[in-house]
Amino acid sequence: MTDQRSQAEIVRQSLKRRYRKERRFRAYGILAIAIALSALVILFADIIGKGYSGFVKTTVTLDVQLDGEMMYIDDATDERQLKMADFVEPLIQALMKEIPGATEEDRDAVRDLINPYASVTLRDALQANPDWLGTTQTMTFLTHTDVDVYVKHGDDDAYSIKLTEEQQAWVDRLLEQGLIDTSFNDVFFSNGDSRDPSKAGVLGAIVGSLLTMFVTLVLSFPIGVAAAIYLEEFAPQNKFTDFIEVNINNLAAVPSIIFGLLGLAVFINLFGMPRSVPVVGGLVLTLMTLPTIIISSRAAIKSVPPSIREAAEGIGASKMQVVLHHVLPLAMPGMLTGSIIGMAQALGETAPLLLIGMVAFIVDVPDGFFDSATVLPVQVFLWAGSPELAFIERASAAIMVLLAFLISMNALAIWLRKRLERRW
Amino acid sequence: MNTLNTTVTSEAEMPEENVVPVQEEKPAETVIEEGKTVGRPFADDAKFKLRNVEVFYGQDRAIKNISLDIGRNEVIAFIGPSGCGKSTFLRCLNRMNDSIDICRVKGSLNLDDQDIYDPKRDVVELRARVGMVFQKPNPFPKSIYDNVAYGPRIHGLANRKSDLDDIVENSLRKAGLWDEVKDRLDATATGMSGGQQQRLCIARAIAVSPEVVLMDEPCSALDPIATAKVEELIAELSESYTIVIVTHSMQQAARVSHRTAYFHLGHLVEVNETNKVFTSPEHELTESYITGRFG
Repeated sequence: MTDQRSQAEIVRQSLKRRYRKERRFRAYGILAIAIALSALVILFADIIGKGYSGFVKTTVTLDVQLDGEMMYIDDATDERQLKMADFVEPLIQALMKEIPGATEEDRDAVRDLINPYASVTLRDALQANPDWLGTTQTMTFLTHTDVDVYVKHGDDDAYSIKLTEEQQAWVDRLLEQGLIDTSFNDVFFSNGDSRDPSKAGVLGAIVGSLLTMFVTLVLSFPIGVAAAIYLEEFAPQNKFTDFIEVNINNLAAVPSIIFGLLGLAVFINLFGMPRSVPVVGGLVLTLMTLPTIIISSRAAIKSVPPSIREAAEGIGASKMQVVLHHVLPLAMPGMLTGSIIGMAQALGETAPLLLIGMVAFIVDVPDGFFDSATVLPVQVFLWAGSPELAFIERASAAIMVLLAFLISMNALAIWLRKRLERRW
Repeated sequence: MNTLNTTVTSEAEMPEENVVPVQEEKPAETVIEEGKTVGRPFADDAKFKLRNVEVFYGQDRAIKNISLDIGRNEVIAFIGPSGCGKSTFLRCLNRMNDSIDICRVKGSLNLDDQDIYDPKRDVVELRARVGMVFQKPNPFPKSIYDNVAYGPRIHGLANRKSDLDDIVENSLRKAGLWDEVKDRLDATATGMSGGQQQRLCIARAIAVSPEVVLMDEPCSALDPIATAKVEELIAELSESYTIVIVTHSMQQAARVSHRTAYFHLGHLVEVNETNKVFTSPEHELTESYITGRFG
């Protein structure tokens, strides 16, 4: 027999224990969040620390003397002459002038400071302005990647500096004079991939990603939502629909590379569609995101209170009207959120695209759904696997671009949800 | 001294307590003869003619052979303990049970001598004639105006905006809500108070000018003041509509209805003039219920 006082005592004791438990539980929660946040901070610090230099380019400004005799050209409008002309020599001469003490023997060493594509830049400039022939022009060119690495990471042991001591001294001098300078890397955002790191950009991958995402969105959202509405609102409850439901749930858990194999076998081998194109990539990613969209859309439809359905039915709305006027608008924020999360998943997907050939080295920016393309995560994959250190910073920079896309997509999801919710 | 022990035992007995009175009524229960209803279940000018109605949920027989007439412009109240089938029966009248897969309805249910459950019958047309108000206020998450205008819109009752405005105003006036909301018709309906929401739901139901309004415990979620307003409204509406109201409040049934039907375990035990039911019930079960011996 327990009397009143000892009972209160027991309650007090257990209260103490309960509060301790609560405090412990809260501490676990805070710890978990702290771990997650610090992982995120480390990730971002690492990527930004490595990648910010990818957004910087190194250029050299030279007074180039466009001497026809030296370049073996007398008419800058003649295509044939332009093709044959020597555009490297004026660059070497211009740079030699800026380096006192450089002799003919140092020609090759001087040449190696200038980007191999600088001569192309010069030719294009001359082609655009034929009257420049015989004049001296001040122009800015990309430096060689080795110079770029030296300027950015000269004091970093992780980077091997390929310049000789002599070249390093020249670069230091030119830096002091302000002839070699760093600026925002517009090349990174206006070029496709390249073998030369300083010419490599993400525009091709961005356009490829956008085209692929467009195909994925246009196919997976309507199909997914329609499937969800049918299964949730119209389908009879029987073995067959149960079977479909189980399969959809299983598909959501299938590794994405399997979808790549499926795409290879069905779209490319069976239907004979071209490799490496955004349409096939979009189709494969559609298959991959459909289960996610269907499941989240069904959850959104299920969460519409039955009282709203009854209210509409009670006034005499037909099944279709109930769905279109009431269920869909109420479920739309949930559906959109699910779809955008599915799309974000697809945007970051690499494995299935490797199998359908989107991993190819593609220099041109794709100009259509049937043009060979690559996508951002695959570009990151390609650059991260490259032996050249200058590509590593570009891989990190590309990751930052990818993250920016993902964050803006999620922000869009939140904004859309807020906006749609405010309407009621 | 022994508080702990006593509370435990009383809690353990709780479910039994519910059963005990029913067991006590055992002799009374045998008095229920299936399909036999005491009192005055039939009316001369019947809006609904319901004969031998049975409702099954899977194998369960929820409504057992009920026959009843509901008169034109009559307010009839369904009362009875929880689970007695009064809501199920109410929902048969505009086929709201259709959406429940396992629910089957047998018997003949006629509205103005037309079979409600005729497979060829369009349920949309039926529900336009037989409106419904639910237990919990369930306005659409739209503006007040759109809530009322929804029914007329989908049924194409108003061709011009001005016609629609008239319908909305009239419905809100009838529901006694016009003065409260006329300045904020564009405000969202979910921001209103519970009582206002329920009156809005009534306005929404009568906006399609139904002939019958079914009300499933319309005041159970409302406070006494809001309840009084809704009851006043029911009294006014009874001039032009047939109203069937399910209620747990016997006072409410006594206040608003012309006739009262007492349901018990799926049987319709007694139907009679409301004052007769509450002053001199003919059936023992009705008497036990209204005197509060169970339920």
